[in-house]
Amino acid sequence: MPYDYQPFPYVAPPGLSRPEPRHRVVIVGAGPIGLAMALELANHGVESVIIDDNDVVSVGSRAICWSKRSLEILDRLGVGERAVEKGVTWKVGRTFHRDAEVFNFDLLPEEGHKMPAFVNLQQYYVEQYLVEAVQANDLIDLRFKNKVTGIEQNADFARVEVETPDGTYSLEAEYLIACDGARSPVRGMMGLEFDGELFEERFLIADIEMKADTPPERWFWFEPTFHTGQSALLHKQPDNIYRIDLQLGWDADPEEERKPEHVIPRIEKVVGHSDFKLDWVSVYTFQCRRLQRFVHDRVIFVGDSAHVVSPFGARGGNGGLQDVDNLGWKLAAVLEGSAETVLLETYDTERIHGTDENIMNSSRSTKFMTPADGAERLFRDQVLALAAKAPFARSWVNSGRLSIPCVYPSHGNDDPAMPRASRPGTVAPDAPLGNDWLLSQLGGRLVLLVLGAELDNIDGAEIIRPEVTDTIRRRYLGSEQRAIYLIRPDQVVAARWPYTDKTAIERAIADIWRGA
Amino acid sequence: MSHLLDTPNLTDHDGFYAELLAAHKGLSEPESHALNAQLVLILANHIGDRQVLSEALVLARKV
Ligand SMILES: Cc1cc2nc3c(=O)[nH]c(=O)nc-3n(C[C@H](O)[C@H](O)[C@H](O)COP(=O)(O)OP(=O)(O)OC[C@H]3O[C@@H](n4cnc5c(N)ncnc54)[C@H](O)[C@@H]3O)c2cc1C
Repeated sequence: MPYDYQPFPYVAPPGLSRPEPRHRVVIVGAGPIGLAMALELANHGVESVIIDDNDVVSVGSRAICWSKRSLEILDRLGVGERAVEKGVTWKVGRTFHRDAEVFNFDLLPEEGHKMPAFVNLQQYYVEQYLVEAVQANDLIDLRFKNKVTGIEQNADFARVEVETPDGTYSLEAEYLIACDGARSPVRGMMGLEFDGELFEERFLIADIEMKADTPPERWFWFEPTFHTGQSALLHKQPDNIYRIDLQLGWDADPEEERKPEHVIPRIEKVVGHSDFKLDWVSVYTFQCRRLQRFVHDRVIFVGDSAHVVSPFGARGGNGGLQDVDNLGWKLAAVLEGSAETVLLETYDTERIHGTDENIMNSSRSTKFMTPADGAERLFRDQVLALAAKAPFARSWVNSGRLSIPCVYPSHGNDDPAMPRASRPGTVAPDAPLGNDWLLSQLGGRLVLLVLGAELDNIDGAEIIRPEVTDTIRRRYLGSEQRAIYLIRPDQVVAARWPYTDKTAIERAIADIWRGA
Repeated sequence: MSHLLDTPNLTDHDGFYAELLAAHKGLSEPESHALNAQLVLILANHIGDRQVLSEALVLARKV
């Protein structure tokens, strides 16, 4: 059944009748990223106000693929299990050229992680769960039908003008977080450039409702006979909803293509029958762009306002959640006074590093799917031709390289005898821990993960000493017998040692807060 | 002498593919052909194994 859009109630904000005291944080935009940002800050004890010009969740499913890392982040925010329960867990992707399968992959989820590799769940569900968590949280004040119309920066605060159905008022905040999406009015009002590439191609994106017994797999076609010369994607979501993407070509007229009389015959050819209902249709042009800097003094850009990518590879929403993960603890520490503002610079550098990786991967996939005439098309077509006869070429076929978290550049102490998968800069790998999971013990604060080593108490970090199971040995010790890991509040490994002393650890902790 | 390897053997093949397309950027069709031809000859010399090269030719012509 289609999603039942329930408008959230508008309540006249206090600022309409009297000036509000300066807030610590105002978040503009209650999309998935703004909502997650507020919850993450609340986990660190920081209050915030979220304002959104609208009063419903995302219209149309938009983001559907949520990566393992996103699910881990959502889990810390209290909605991860709900997302997995409702979502469609999938791991097999099949790629077809014309009508023959040329390649398939199995994301082969390794045992011993709480979260699966990918879950498909419509963005409106993710937003609904986040809104419910926000509304149950006393530290967050969520205001619908509050639209930002102006912004002003001062030395130590930002002020926004806000329009409501009952008139306008202004809000001040020590930090303003712009989560107002790809078209970001805040970005526009600040006159910031959004650099990058626009792909001269149009895609029809449709959700249809149909009863089918297809397995939960991602099917991607290059030049199928049902949609000559173009590419197509079919992906399953909960509630018998299927996502279909069809490449249309640059010359397609978006207004015309959106009309049911054009959409329905195209989809009939994909699914081979007419026993379906249209749930949502849109025509998109995709871009890969980012701001030059994400931190502008008291205004910080997070999510689509900071960067957009084409959706092949599912890096938009997933990338935004990683921004949230990276910024939350840093901003909380700066607001509390336990870190200098320079720590926020590392949000800028680390997330620009992650964004550039996402943009690079998304651009490559988009180029492979929509090659320009000349060498691009020549090589694309010949990779497809080779894929049918040479196994190596199958992995060269690029219909999206799925989102995995980037590895942040790190100067943290390392030991080459320990596994690469948990080196400094990576997200600490999960592992079962009795009835619980390692990742639920990490995060939120600095942790020293002590494995078979001796260590006295250290100020500023909590020591945990899990049992060294086989999985923990494989993921954290490698050929070492013992280890000490210093893990940041966002579960990223900061440094690791087989042997060390108090001074070295204290120095590494100080480095984290100095943003070194 | 060894045999042609047709299973995955190149790490970061996406990176190589992007670099290859970038090398063609701005070239006319004949210039692109010339680039491809030189590339084949350079790689053939580097591979340096007649048997492998013959097998590669057979694979490329196979329909
Ligand atoms: C077809 C499609 C498929 C996608 N698939 C995936 C996928 O599979 N996986 C994935 O991870 N990502 C995917 N994405 C990307 C994903 O949808 C976005 O990255 C995500 O929505 C970004 O969230 P956000 O909160 O930053 O912005 P948005 O979701 O755009 O939210 C911005 C919010 O700001 C509000 N706002 C705007 N202006 C103002 C104002 N002046 N005042 C107050 N509020 C304002 C808006 O009402 C909105 O609620 C896809 C996108 C598209 C279009």
